Amino acid sequence: MTTSSEDVLLAIKRVRQKKQDGILFLMAERIAWTPEGKDRFTVSHLYADIRCQKISPDGKAKIQLQLVLHTGETTNFHFTNESSALKDRDAVKDLLQQLLPKFKRKTNKELEEKNRMLQEDPLLFQLYKDLVVSQVISAEEFWANRLSLNSVDSSLPNHKQEVGISAAFLADVRPQTDGCNGLRYNLTSDIIESIFRTYPAVKQKYAENVPHNMTEKEFWTRFFQSHYFHRDRISMGAQDLFSECAKLDDKGLKTMVGQGVKNPLIDLTSLDDQTLDEGYGVSSAPSSSGCTKSVKETSNTAIIKRFNLHSAMVLAAGLRKHEPQNEQNSETSSTDGNSRDSDFFQPPLKKVKLQEAIEYQDLKQENGKKTIALTLKKSERYSHGPVPVQSQTYTTSQDIINSVNYIKHEMDNYTPHLNHVLSSSAASSAITALSPGGLLMQGGAHQAINQMVPNDVQSELKHLYVAAGELLRHFWSCFPVNSPFLEEKVVKMKSNLERFHISKLRPFQEKVQRQYLSTNLTGHLEEMLQASYGKFSMWQSKRMVRKT
Amino acid sequence: MKLNIDGLLVYFPYDYIYPEQYSYMLELKRTLDAKGHGVLEMPSGTGKTISLLSLIVAYQKAYPLDVTKLIYCSRTVPEIEKVVEELKKLMEFHEKMTGEKQNFLALALSSRKNLCVHPEVSSLRFGKDVDGKCHSMTASYIRSRKQQNPGVQLCRFYEEFEALGRQVPLTAGIFNLDDLKAFGRQKGWCPYFLARYSILHANIVIYSYHYLLDPKIADLVSKELAKKSVIVFDEAHNIDNVCIDSMSVNITRRTLDRTQSNIDTLQSTIQKIKETDAAKLREEYSQLVQGLKEANVARETDVYLSNPVLPDEILQEAVPGSIRTAEHFVGFLKRLLEYLKSRLRIQHVVQESPPQFLKDIYEKVCIDRKPLRFCSERLRSLLRTLEIADIADFSAVTLISNFATLVSTYSKGFTVIIEPFEDKTPSIANPVLHFSCMDSSIAIKPVFERFQSVVITSGTLSPLDIYPKILDFHPVTMASFTMTLARTCLCPLIVGRGNDQVAISSKFETREDIAVIRNYGNLLSEMSAIVPDGIVAFFTSYQYMENIVASWYEQGILENIQRNKLIFIETQDAAETSMALEKYQEACENGRGAILLSVARGKVSEGIDFVHHFGRAVIMFGVPYVYTQSRILKARLEYLRDQFQIRENDFLTFDAMRHAAQCVGRAIRGKTDYGLMIFADKRYSRSDKRGKLPRWIQEHISDGSLNLTIDETVQLSKHFLREMAQPFRKEDQLGLSLLTLEQLQSEEMLKKITQIAHQV
Repeated sequence: MTTSSEDVLLAIKRVRQKKQDGILFLMAERIAWTPEGKDRFTVSHLYADIRCQKISPDGKAKIQLQLVLHTGETTNFHFTNESSALKDRDAVKDLLQQLLPKFKRKTNKELEEKNRMLQEDPLLFQLYKDLVVSQVISAEEFWANRLSLNSVDSSLPNHKQEVGISAAFLADVRPQTDGCNGLRYNLTSDIIESIFRTYPAVKQKYAENVPHNMTEKEFWTRFFQSHYFHRDRISMGAQDLFSECAKLDDKGLKTMVGQGVKNPLIDLTSLDDQTLDEGYGVSSAPSSSGCTKSVKETSNTAIIKRFNLHSAMVLAAGLRKHEPQNEQNSETSSTDGNSRDSDFFQPPLKKVKLQEAIEYQDLKQENGKKTIALTLKKSERYSHGPVPVQSQTYTTSQDIINSVNYIKHEMDNYTPHLNHVLSSSAASSAITALSPGGLLMQGGAHQAINQMVPNDVQSELKHLYVAAGELLRHFWSCFPVNSPFLEEKVVKMKSNLERFHISKLRPFQEKVQRQYLSTNLTGHLEEMLQASYGKFSMWQSKRMVRKT
Repeated sequence: MKLNIDGLLVYFPYDYIYPEQYSYMLELKRTLDAKGHGVLEMPSGTGKTISLLSLIVAYQKAYPLDVTKLIYCSRTVPEIEKVVEELKKLMEFHEKMTGEKQNFLALALSSRKNLCVHPEVSSLRFGKDVDGKCHSMTASYIRSRKQQNPGVQLCRFYEEFEALGRQVPLTAGIFNLDDLKAFGRQKGWCPYFLARYSILHANIVIYSYHYLLDPKIADLVSKELAKKSVIVFDEAHNIDNVCIDSMSVNITRRTLDRTQSNIDTLQSTIQKIKETDAAKLREEYSQLVQGLKEANVARETDVYLSNPVLPDEILQEAVPGSIRTAEHFVGFLKRLLEYLKSRLRIQHVVQESPPQFLKDIYEKVCIDRKPLRFCSERLRSLLRTLEIADIADFSAVTLISNFATLVSTYSKGFTVIIEPFEDKTPSIANPVLHFSCMDSSIAIKPVFERFQSVVITSGTLSPLDIYPKILDFHPVTMASFTMTLARTCLCPLIVGRGNDQVAISSKFETREDIAVIRNYGNLLSEMSAIVPDGIVAFFTSYQYMENIVASWYEQGILENIQRNKLIFIETQDAAETSMALEKYQEACENGRGAILLSVARGKVSEGIDFVHHFGRAVIMFGVPYVYTQSRILKARLEYLRDQFQIRENDFLTFDAMRHAAQCVGRAIRGKTDYGLMIFADKRYSRSDKRGKLPRWIQEHISDGSLNLTIDETVQLSKHFLREMAQPFRKEDQLGLSLLTLEQLQSEEMLKKITQIAHQV
């Protein structure tokens, strides 16, 4: 394994691992370490296996780098080259930083996804066993179709859920004093992403300023120094980079407030019916006009405002994914008669909320399941359905009533003449045909097929059907063959089918014969295969003609 | 189901019934039979409204001559709408059972803002603007002006209603606010005036307290309601404050400045009219000689100024000569204004009774008591004569004359307090004259006197006996109902100390103590880790909350909480708070969980329910005492002691505990709901506090949970939540806290039910 020639991206000497000196190699797909004087790697990790790297804090005597694997194991490397230990370590760190994300996403997610799908779907798992494990088709072929299928119907609930943002992500960057009058903030890419997702304004700033105006480090330093971050501090000066963000936030909050609330039951502004006129009442009106608030009070209000905004933003960030969909919904709803006019739009929601509020679940008799309301874009389409335009004359309701009456009348006067219905010879032949052993009773034997065939054969047959279906699906999906890739695939699929025919179907047929089961169980499968062979040969002959 | 309540057939629109609902209806029936007043405390979420409506509607049908009308007063607009919806359900059931259309009219009435359909007017945001704009388009003299000047803009909805609406009154149906609006739009009639007209013959009227309790409005809207009505005040735990608020007046320097400009306008308008149309003024004068009665025959739209005093006493007499002519009256107003200005120019606090004030005003500017009494009536007449369109501008002078009338009418139950500055900011001069009502019975007295049955009900009315005292009436029934429960779905816990054994309390001496604040923070953060979905925390005052939030922020406690849940905080801005509330619900809904920090006595604590997952725990930080240093409060306490023999401390504790109970009761809205109620203050364990909680909460406080540490609280809560999270089915409740008709009729159950109501 270690012998394959790989590009060595970086090699660092004098790196200790488990108290042994050695050389650390960073290669295209893995990181490896070999002890001094040996020529094989005792430590080797694929990048894909590494979850993250950690480094020892600056100023520590030992300069170390730790790799944490997905399995939870850790590996420490101690850089011991006195002159350049720190530089070495940083070089490794930087390179890893670039490399890890590339591998992380792809491999993990895919594998996890495949694993999950197989676990969740026993049928798929069986199919996988039948086709891939027995090497009828390759795993890639198998998945190529599946995964794309899955991503197409993303509306299914098994679609991966977006992870929300922790409300306390800023708490995780609590500053630590480094002992010499400085503060240190630890930022991870997760936190940065959280900040960006929660505060789009900061992301905007970041895009504007980094890297042409300042380095990333400088940007974050300024961020943490800013009045924006410490909202309880009262403005620190106009040239603050983030003062604009604060303004934007305030504006956002204002628009949010301005929009009002959708649920009328919690709209505090219209809770009171009749407010007392100005000047009446025991408690004097809030004296906001005259006296100025103390500095402390305003900072307190600022904190409260900030918490409300922060929570709202975090909540919104978690929901942002769904937004396009919602937008669509509201658009459709506006086209189907529910105009945006608030006055017309409000009552339904209000009604629903009111009904909810006065409902006593336990007092009512449970009548069946709760139904879900249909959301119809055009109700008339639902109730009528697409009916071809017919030129015939419509019957009026009067006609219908008349005819009903007529039928009623007929029925009333109807007297059956039972002895004239059937000749006695015909009746007796019908009885013989319907008695056991009769002409019409032979079909009964067929129905017992599930009793005739043992269970294991049945389940095997089922698997065969599923596998054959899968292969045939692959095969037929190649038509019409209009690209070289599909040509190649169709040929491959044909051979796959043949292989399946020989390695799976034949043995089964033989087995069935051996058990002396008379009924032709595989007839339909054969037919399906033959149909595809026919199609294939037709296609091939056509191609030949075209080529010549 | 059909029930037999003490011989009365009651249609109850559900298949099952709670035992306490049955008991409640029995008590209610007794009250109606006796034609007296009642005080009934029924736990929240046990279907109080529907029981009440079922019984009274049945009563109305059975004895149409004894009870002609039900007037249902609630506090907020959503509450009103909820009641109408429940009524709709009930009437549907009636129709289904009897198989005939019910000849029954019920409607909700609300302010113009909620009912206006005029495209321009209804788009205004504030109620006051809507009212003003409406006046300017519907007042009688404006409409008469239209005949000469076609350019005058009128409201076509009102015109249409005037022309046709009165002839074909609404006859049957249940009209919610939106239904009225839809009806109005369809017919082209003004829904507001239609509703006001229709309440006179409706079987059920549902509106807010103010329409009965605020004399300024009551005189206008509810004057002609039949005597044989049943009045229900729902959510009435705060009714005394509503009464007091409607009778109190505050006058600041700004009011006086605006009054000054009002008077100047009046004077110049009089001057103008004198030159052009002197006959008009003369006509007014002669009218005033004859007495105010004729002057009072005004259209309902001319809401210049309604008399704050109960009208009859005054309307008999003629207006005193000294203020009969317009100029004299303006001069009179000027003198009054100057006097008030001089009173506000003070350096120290003055407190005096109305008679003292009257004596002083007589000595200083020679104003008699009698013309003062007629002040608001005279102003009303003047404004009408001058045909002033926008009366909203004249709110200042209206306020002053209202004050004049009030201060000269009531010698008892009021106090005048003049404060040169606010307590918190002694350096800034901001003089205020408080004319404060101390006796809540004054405003509600006419209601008790006029209507045969008044029922006061709420989820939290404990202790029951204090309400008849402060409202000064004699109820025939007073009962508190307990909540029958198949599982104990509420869990009140009193947290008295932190894990460090430091007592936690919001009392004044320790409230700034860092240990207390930290312990409060620990409690919240521990709870945030174990309680699913929503937690609501209430503080005793807004300022206290601000301080605590700030120090939690500094101590990093909030960040710990944020790891578990999102934090939303009530602010003093209603719109902002609404947004926070909506986001809070959203966060509870999508599973993130959230905490709402809120304030007792605030809007959230009074009007918003936190059903099910919106409130799995309520934490009450501290005892929500009112700010006791206020002079107005002190005066009121003194008055209560002297007049009603209620000790200061009793009243303060009662007031604090009713608010605490309100806050905490927000979490439980039904028997399928469950929630923790955490009282985080050592003082709650004392029996004088605990004993003032509603019975249905009190009976679940065990002796073991009186002085818990935070750790113990967490343990108990965990246990409780785990137990509650188990499936809860109808079968579990049936026969215990939920009854079928057969179960209800069994002897044994009826015996049990008699124990639910606790008579006082």
